[in-house]
Amino acid sequence: MTEKTLEDVYAALADGIDAAGQDKEAMFLSKVVLLLANEISDPERVLELITDAQKNMDGMRRG
Amino acid sequence: MRPAGRGELDSLYFDYPHFDAPEARDHLSAPADVAICGAGPVGMAAALTLAQQGIRSVLLERKSTFNDGSRAICVSRSSFHTLQTLGAEKRFVEKSLPWVSGRSFFRGKQILEFFMADSNHDKYRPMYNLEQQYIEAFLYEAVAASDLIDMRWQSDVTAITDNADGVTLSVTDPNGSYGISARWLLAADGARSAIRTMRSHRLKGQNYEGRYVIADIRLKRDCKVERFALFDPDCRPGGTVLVHQQPDNVWRIDYQLRDGETEEDALKEASIRESIAGMLGEIGFDEPWELEWWSIYSANTLLLDEYRDGRIFFIGDSAHIVPIFGVRGLNNGISDAQNIGWKLALVLQGEANEKLLDSYTPERRGATLDVFANASKSARFMTPHSRGWSVLRDAALSLALDHPFAGEFANPRNMTPYTYGDSPVTRADSDAFASGPEPGAAALNVRLDNHFLLDLFGHGFTVLHFGPLAHPEQVAGALPGVTFVEQPADGTAAQRYDANSGTAYLIRPDGHVAARWKQAESATIAATLRQMLDGKVSGND
Ligand SMILES: Cc1cc2nc3c(=O)[nH]c(=O)nc-3n(C[C@H](O)[C@H](O)[C@H](O)COP(=O)(O)OP(=O)(O)OC[C@H]3O[C@@H](n4cnc5c(N)ncnc54)[C@H](O)[C@@H]3O)c2cc1C
Repeated sequence: MTEKTLEDVYAALADGIDAAGQDKEAMFLSKVVLLLANEISDPERVLELITDAQKNMDGMRRG
Repeated sequence: MRPAGRGELDSLYFDYPHFDAPEARDHLSAPADVAICGAGPVGMAAALTLAQQGIRSVLLERKSTFNDGSRAICVSRSSFHTLQTLGAEKRFVEKSLPWVSGRSFFRGKQILEFFMADSNHDKYRPMYNLEQQYIEAFLYEAVAASDLIDMRWQSDVTAITDNADGVTLSVTDPNGSYGISARWLLAADGARSAIRTMRSHRLKGQNYEGRYVIADIRLKRDCKVERFALFDPDCRPGGTVLVHQQPDNVWRIDYQLRDGETEEDALKEASIRESIAGMLGEIGFDEPWELEWWSIYSANTLLLDEYRDGRIFFIGDSAHIVPIFGVRGLNNGISDAQNIGWKLALVLQGEANEKLLDSYTPERRGATLDVFANASKSARFMTPHSRGWSVLRDAALSLALDHPFAGEFANPRNMTPYTYGDSPVTRADSDAFASGPEPGAAALNVRLDNHFLLDLFGHGFTVLHFGPLAHPEQVAGALPGVTFVEQPADGTAAQRYDANSGTAYLIRPDGHVAARWKQAESATIAATLRQMLDGKVSGND
């Protein structure tokens, strides 16, 4: 088996959003975050990262 | 396409030669060992590979000159090694623009600078930009200089039938029509291959639907040669733009069509000019510019199930169409040409069994699937096909403004040469090597005193051995024309090949490793070589 990379995480999240469907995608992503937060058990750091994620909230414009 | 008032071949920088159809008619129907349909870069590379092995070919091309635009502009390091093998690299080195890095921007802010693998041991840079007309013109110089290539311009292959010992082609040129039989045919007739259609084969696969306008402008600006990618620039909101510099002050600008934008609208001269003007403003290019040429290209991943049909081999775009992001369309095709070229030569010389040719499809189709896998990754970033992939791209781009790791998702990572690991003619390792090029991989280059290791390899097979090799005549007995390259067991090459005294690598004419042994005996090398020529190396099922 090849070593998993961030690319694989990227792909799994993208496919996960597609599988969840638009009305459940936020819940899916929130679950992922909570699971990761629990796993790294450093709530301070998680809160910093959540603040980071709130910056630059513009993605690509819809062309 | 070109601006109003200019003809299809009215280029700002390239003078198109005109080539006539053959005048002398008496020899035209003389049977050929190999006929090649299509003298694009791939057909010419095939003819040159055969010629170098001493095999004559007839090269048939419908057009009267080179193709109309710059098209495939990125020539990879591995193609430069192929060109060197063909003795044709000089003109390419002189003219093309080497590059090693690129930068990506999101809304005008840099989010990534990437560097392709490049070391002191590499003779060539990872990538060179050169307009396809020059690629064809330089290959043609080598073709014209060869006595073994009978190149026929304005010669359209209109029909093909099987005969007892090959195929018969019907050819039409302005001076008449004739038939010619060939023992083997290489179909290098491009993406719309007529031979593929005549034989009822179809390209299969996915269509990523990403459509790109590709446009060339002439603009004089002295700067480092690198690749730019713009995500969501103001000139194409929501879109992506790629910029490459080419020789003769020509710049390639590729941009994606918007959803709902029709090809007809996008290809209008006025919309091309407007898009380019906006883009140049955004990247701060304020020099005057002229529009040269434009076209459209879509990001397809399509290939044939089988590259061989009896006496016909499909090479280049006739066998596969790959997305532009991987810059492999042309490079992949050149490898096809080299691969089938040396195998066919050995068969025609009576040195190899026809079964050797069965390794062509798995090797080259495998390489194309590998290109697809990489290109699809890029395509999923450049042209996300679903909501999930768009959301992730938005997330990555916005994070990348402050977090460099996220910019790496935009890294095109386009050049890892393919390894023929599963090929029937690759011998899997029986000895433990900690490093060095594995069986099936391209041989590694090594900087030596005044030259590079790969410069020492022959046109046929090469045995690279570390320390002396006893009884080399046993290897030469299996196949004439093997080149022996000896390197010290304690030198740089030995390090890069994880070799000690007695280690040997058997290298194919295309520079890929066929087999390697920690402690090699000439008799073993000879036996493996014979098995290869018979089309199947034992131990591989
Ligand atoms: C508009 C356009 C833009 C492209 N842009 C890029 C790019 O940016 N990057 C990239 O990597 N690749 C690009 N490509 C693809 C690249 O040009 C091809 O991968 C490359 O040219 C393949 O070479 P080839 O020799 O297989 O086929 P071609 O170059 O298509 O050559 C086929 C030749 O066969 C001849 N022929 C066809 N039928 C017959 C017949 N019946 N009888 C005689 N001769 C015949 C044709 O005239 C032609 O000269 C582009 C292609 C196109 C069309």
